[in-house]
Amino acid sequence: MMRSILLVVVAALALGGCAGNKKATKPEIDRGAEQVVAPPQTQGAGTGNGTVVEMQLDPFEDPSNPLSQLVIYFDYDSAEVKDLNIANAHAQYLADHPSAKVRLEGHADERGTREYNVALSERRALAVKELMMFRGVRPNQITVIAYGEERPVAFGHDERSWALNRRVEIVYEAK
Amino acid sequence: MNTLRGLIAALLFALVLPVQAELEIRITQGAANAIPIAIAPFVVEGANRPAESIGQIVMSDLGRSGRFKPVPQDRFAQPNMGPGNIEFYRWRDRNVDYLVVGRVIDQGNASFVVEFQLFDSANSQQIAGYRIPADASGMRMAAHQVSDLIYEKITGVRGAFNTRIAYITSTPGDYQLQVADADGYNIRTILRSDSPIMSPAWSPDATKIAYVSFENNHSAIYVQNVVTGSREKVSSRRGINGAPAWSPDGNKLALTLSQTGYPEIYVLDLSSGQMKQLTNTRAINTEPAWMPDGSGIVYTSSRVGKPQLYLVPATGGSPRRLTYEGEYNAAPSVGPNGDKIAFINGDGGRFRVGIFDIESGEIRIVTNGSLDESPSFAPNGDMVIYATEEGGRDVLAAVSVDGSLRQSLVLKGSEVREPDWSPFLN
Repeated sequence: MMRSILLVVVAALALGGCAGNKKATKPEIDRGAEQVVAPPQTQGAGTGNGTVVEMQLDPFEDPSNPLSQLVIYFDYDSAEVKDLNIANAHAQYLADHPSAKVRLEGHADERGTREYNVALSERRALAVKELMMFRGVRPNQITVIAYGEERPVAFGHDERSWALNRRVEIVYEAK
Repeated sequence: MNTLRGLIAALLFALVLPVQAELEIRITQGAANAIPIAIAPFVVEGANRPAESIGQIVMSDLGRSGRFKPVPQDRFAQPNMGPGNIEFYRWRDRNVDYLVVGRVIDQGNASFVVEFQLFDSANSQQIAGYRIPADASGMRMAAHQVSDLIYEKITGVRGAFNTRIAYITSTPGDYQLQVADADGYNIRTILRSDSPIMSPAWSPDATKIAYVSFENNHSAIYVQNVVTGSREKVSSRRGINGAPAWSPDGNKLALTLSQTGYPEIYVLDLSSGQMKQLTNTRAINTEPAWMPDGSGIVYTSSRVGKPQLYLVPATGGSPRRLTYEGEYNAAPSVGPNGDKIAFINGDGGRFRVGIFDIESGEIRIVTNGSLDESPSFAPNGDMVIYATEEGGRDVLAAVSVDGSLRQSLVLKGSEVREPDWSPFLN
């Protein structure tokens, strides 16, 4: 017990960058406190007036960690989750943190009719939800909202914009 | 309006009407055989002048329809034409088929009577004559009623000038549900939100609008009174609450819910709150539209893989597939006679407005856009208003059922979409 020092680090600072990616219209995510266990200190090292503590990089802020990616993209007229990495990483996190909650926001590109696109975007969000539940996420950890083509992130009328708009956004309501 | 006189008239018009239309309507394709008609300035009798020029509004209505060619007043064959003073031979010589003269009579207490007569120049006969009472604030409406009557007497189809349109405008993070008169005047914002608003639908009595709002990260269907602004949330189930459509009697709403995991069509009884499920497939079913007699509901279904139009009895039963041509047929709007359906046809990446003839099963594509959406029939069945993309902007456009007439409706400074043409107002 002398060897290790348990440190409780409030993760609010670490989560800040993550929330910064959100659109201003969305509510702020709940920046709940998170416990981070510092790696064991070797005996006698780093003593003095202040204790030097190595802080882990928040996985949601680590560009090499798929948890840092909150958008999954789709092919035209398709709800097939091609890139499983992102969905699986978030599924793992949610399964490990039963109090964490996400909102899956489905989106479509502008082609086709508006209500049909709402339905199509829900199929996308539900495909991600099913994948996550298959990995052990509880149903009450996920809510789904289907925005169709109502909330584009790119405003061109071309394939480049359409590809960016066909997406599911993972929004953490609680971590 | 080319001469100085016309310019002065236009300036005076602007002075008495400080709020000009922001929704500008242009004819982009008129009829080859547009009917020549001369509408004399209405004679004002009494102490008070109405704020609106009835003759100007009627001219603009009939001209905008594409079916008429109003003679500019500075090119009148008989410049002083008025009630009791028509020299028919002058008009016959110029091949002007119809003549309109009228009066606006001040009744005191800010009320007026609008009188007009419509003549056939060929035989010098009066075809119609009406008196329309109107208060000072209802003069534009009275003028549209004059236009409606002239249109009906000459074409045999009731005019749809005295109607409104509802639509959605947006800039990122600012969504508005607005209504305007069919000529683009009297724009009013009914609802403003930082979350998307979708699918506005006029009630059959034109007093309420049903719509979808995504307030608080949840979709819900509301019914809002256009006059009082009061609103009621009528559906906020888990999943999609979308695509509201009024039954012709105004007592029910058809809508889309995905509470079972798949979007299905339901009918909600507005007084009892009872919900009846009409479709049950593991596919997308959405965009319901009522047949005008209330017997059935046309909708979009992907049950064969790609979206196609189906018709299901409104009380439940087996759906019948309507469209077989093409890979994408969606967003139906049924015409007032129940014989035609306007819809969106997707073909090779282009989305255009099509007209489907229910009896023959034939499809006719009537627009040449590439991203057309949200077709909505005018209550007289002559035109279909829809959303399209023009020069990178979302604008509204209207097309006649045979594709021969086109208008574009541009709202200055804003993207505009999802038009819904109101029923007749009176």
